[in-house]
Amino acid sequence: MASSCLSKSKNFIYNLKFKLYLLNRTSAVTNPLFHPHLRHTISSPSSSPVRKHASYSRVNGFDRWFEPAFVGRRSHSTTSVSSDVSQLPVEPPSQQVLDFPGGKVKFTQKLIFTSNSTEERVHCYRVLDDNGQPFTDAESLEISKELAVKMYTNMVTLELMDTIFYESQRQGRISFYATTTGEEAINIASAAALNDNDFVFPQYREPGVLLWRGFSLQEFANQLFGNKYEYGKGRQMPVHYGSRKHNYITVASTVATQIPHAVGAAYSLKMEKQDSCVITYFGDGGTSTADFHAAMNFAAVMEVPVIFFCRNNGWAISTPVHEQFRSDGVVVKGKAYGVPSIRIDGNDALAIYNAVHEARKMAIKEQTPVLIEALTYRAGHHTTSDDSTRYRSIDEIEKWRGDQNPIKRFRKWIESRGWWNAVAESEYRGSVRKQVAQAIQVAERIEKPPVADMFSDVYDAPPRNLNEQEVFVRKTVKKHRQDYPSDVPL
Amino acid sequence: MASIFQGVGAATSLSSSTSIETKKFHFCSRRSPSERKACFVVVRSGGVMVDGGLNRIGGRAEQLVTNAVAAKADTPAAATASKPGHELLLFEALREGLEEEMERDARVCVMGEDVGHYGGSYKVTRGLAQKYGDLRVLDTPIAENSFTGMGIGAAMMGLRPIIEGMNMGFLLLAFNQISNNCGMLHYTSGGQFKIPVVIRGPGGVGRQLGAEHSQRLESYFQSIPGIQMVACSTPYNAKGLMKAAIRSDNPVILFEHVLLYNLKERIPDEEYVLNLEEAEMVRPGEHVTILTYSRMRYHVMQAAKTLVNKGYDPEVIDIRSLKPFDLYTIGNSIKKTHRVLIVEECMRTGGIGASLTAAITENFHDYLDAPIVCLSSQDVPTPYAGTLEEWTVVQPPQIVAAVEQLCR
Repeated sequence: MASSCLSKSKNFIYNLKFKLYLLNRTSAVTNPLFHPHLRHTISSPSSSPVRKHASYSRVNGFDRWFEPAFVGRRSHSTTSVSSDVSQLPVEPPSQQVLDFPGGKVKFTQKLIFTSNSTEERVHCYRVLDDNGQPFTDAESLEISKELAVKMYTNMVTLELMDTIFYESQRQGRISFYATTTGEEAINIASAAALNDNDFVFPQYREPGVLLWRGFSLQEFANQLFGNKYEYGKGRQMPVHYGSRKHNYITVASTVATQIPHAVGAAYSLKMEKQDSCVITYFGDGGTSTADFHAAMNFAAVMEVPVIFFCRNNGWAISTPVHEQFRSDGVVVKGKAYGVPSIRIDGNDALAIYNAVHEARKMAIKEQTPVLIEALTYRAGHHTTSDDSTRYRSIDEIEKWRGDQNPIKRFRKWIESRGWWNAVAESEYRGSVRKQVAQAIQVAERIEKPPVADMFSDVYDAPPRNLNEQEVFVRKTVKKHRQDYPSDVPL
Repeated sequence: MASIFQGVGAATSLSSSTSIETKKFHFCSRRSPSERKACFVVVRSGGVMVDGGLNRIGGRAEQLVTNAVAAKADTPAAATASKPGHELLLFEALREGLEEEMERDARVCVMGEDVGHYGGSYKVTRGLAQKYGDLRVLDTPIAENSFTGMGIGAAMMGLRPIIEGMNMGFLLLAFNQISNNCGMLHYTSGGQFKIPVVIRGPGGVGRQLGAEHSQRLESYFQSIPGIQMVACSTPYNAKGLMKAAIRSDNPVILFEHVLLYNLKERIPDEEYVLNLEEAEMVRPGEHVTILTYSRMRYHVMQAAKTLVNKGYDPEVIDIRSLKPFDLYTIGNSIKKTHRVLIVEECMRTGGIGASLTAAITENFHDYLDAPIVCLSSQDVPTPYAGTLEEWTVVQPPQIVAAVEQLCR
């Protein structure tokens, strides 16, 4: 087998390889050493999936015909085995390269560890400078006045909505609220770059995406007050919006559980080759969870069209990023999982718009996940249950609410284009304030969902034990009517 | 170990001669799969047809054939020279059910560890990846929380995934997704998003699999609102429950047992779907109601042989539906016998038996002549040593003794 001039170690390696080759030939698919993935990497790239027929229809994105029978993502015929044979070298392998499972690697004789950090951090993509002026060499799409103004006005609406709803919690009118202060550009600009039929799996700081898609102030207020018109039927906390018709999945309080959901949703899109993608949002804190890592890994292995949008706003309640991870932020984790990634200025609406637009194209055309890390700042408190001045300085907060404020920067840009001015600003703000206040007043007066809604939708139809429990609750409430809230109808 | 297998062998021959088999209806002759779609029936145990009965959750079984009668002679294609139907092992029955559903509905897909080319650790998905492709039968990396989450996300978008846990114990990692998202999202979204997933896998005490791989997850999951739980025990009910679970719009957890995969039984050729919320009458009797499920059914049936020899007439019910309980069947039985023995594999604390005891006490207290006896495993991690492992699980002699005690 081996020539006598090979050193012992190389001889061993060669023998091993030859034995592997023999095993490859003799044992078929079931040999665990030769998982099809291995054959895939050492032979030619996989063929495209076989499709039986391409007919499907979509109604509202949720009623779809699915591809029957065979849908594959890689070739697993055994012909790849024989092609391996022809690729096997006839002379002893090179000293520098070996074919390990997973691909060829070069050897080195230097005992060098990769450092825990690079000298320079990954660069951050930006289009507008601190004064809202575009850099001359900025790679950016041209956006129309209409789109720009729509983006700006939505950001203003979001800001005002946040302020007034937050105040209403402070006044005791609603029980809870979480603002998006400082992240308005992320909310609106990312939504603007997506299509309405791209599914959104939010964390809880992205109501702007719903706003962009046409969720009305009244609908927001209804959810906050948990009245009978809200789509969640009063079952969830405030800001846990969800709207099927807007392709926005209901917010769950659990951190980062939506990330694997998004991958599963992208998987369903891949089964169908739809011209849409999935986007999921999460914060810097969310990237520590197991769900984030496994989902990133899955998405890469399965090659599904999902955009992972990380709002790195510096804080996870009171935990600053330095105590959350020691990597160079979140963007470097993409590389670890084999996911193309980019770091962007999260307070620059144009940068966000461009990045998401491009990511979407990439995700759909190449059927790949994409990771976007948007650097921004959580200028508000975590929620109404938090007072962030207890763990960070007011100066820091003020600084980010100042010139770095995404709304201010974008305003400078559209004003410099002559698309906006101070008069329009004050008019618009006045009008929105009125609308939000009105929405609150109306929502407050609407009655709550009935007791029956406490028991419906647990299953598709209530089982006997739930029916019994409902009867019991009704009896109790009827008997002690004065001890129960008067605005919940029986 | 030998005694267990003896019990298993005896039980299958016993079950094939019980009233269930003889009362099965033959109503659909062999037709092509597309025609067959329209012709199947919900078979209630004991052979009685149900029409929107009291204990069914919504119209789960479609197209109830109410005018079918036992018509073996009428269907020439069904009757062969030997007994009708075909014989297979439990894991093959699961696969058959799974395959039929995948054929019927292109939205059904499978995900789990080693389910694809490897065919599944217990061979339940063998051959499916080759037939349907490795996207529809998806091999996942080792992250139960995440692939369960993935299944939930896919389900919200319209797919009907079957999520396999290689061992039920691994699903503890997925508890967050199962409880918080699977069980809750339909409710918290106001009914906007449904989660028609099936989460299945083998659980229970096996043959020296060690403590971590011998868990009874039905104990832990039973409290989660929004999910349904069923446990299969024979090839017949395995296939029927698998199909029913896939067709259900609720998230269903299907508990299989590691030691029951090689049970052999003759099942009908015709398509059939069982009712998820129904219990199975294994052996009608008069003296005592024995409630059990999964592997313990076989220990009970073995004990039943001894009991019959001693002159007792136990009624054995395989409860099958762990959440919700089929209190209709159970109640009728208690009203007849007035004595209840529960035989389970769960641990004493917080198991299915504990909940069942509470449910029976609450609902049927007046009909009981004696306190409910519940035989369970001890509250210990399952030891590896074979003899000790055998002792943690309820054995037929204990069941016999308990019945004798109850019926004094």
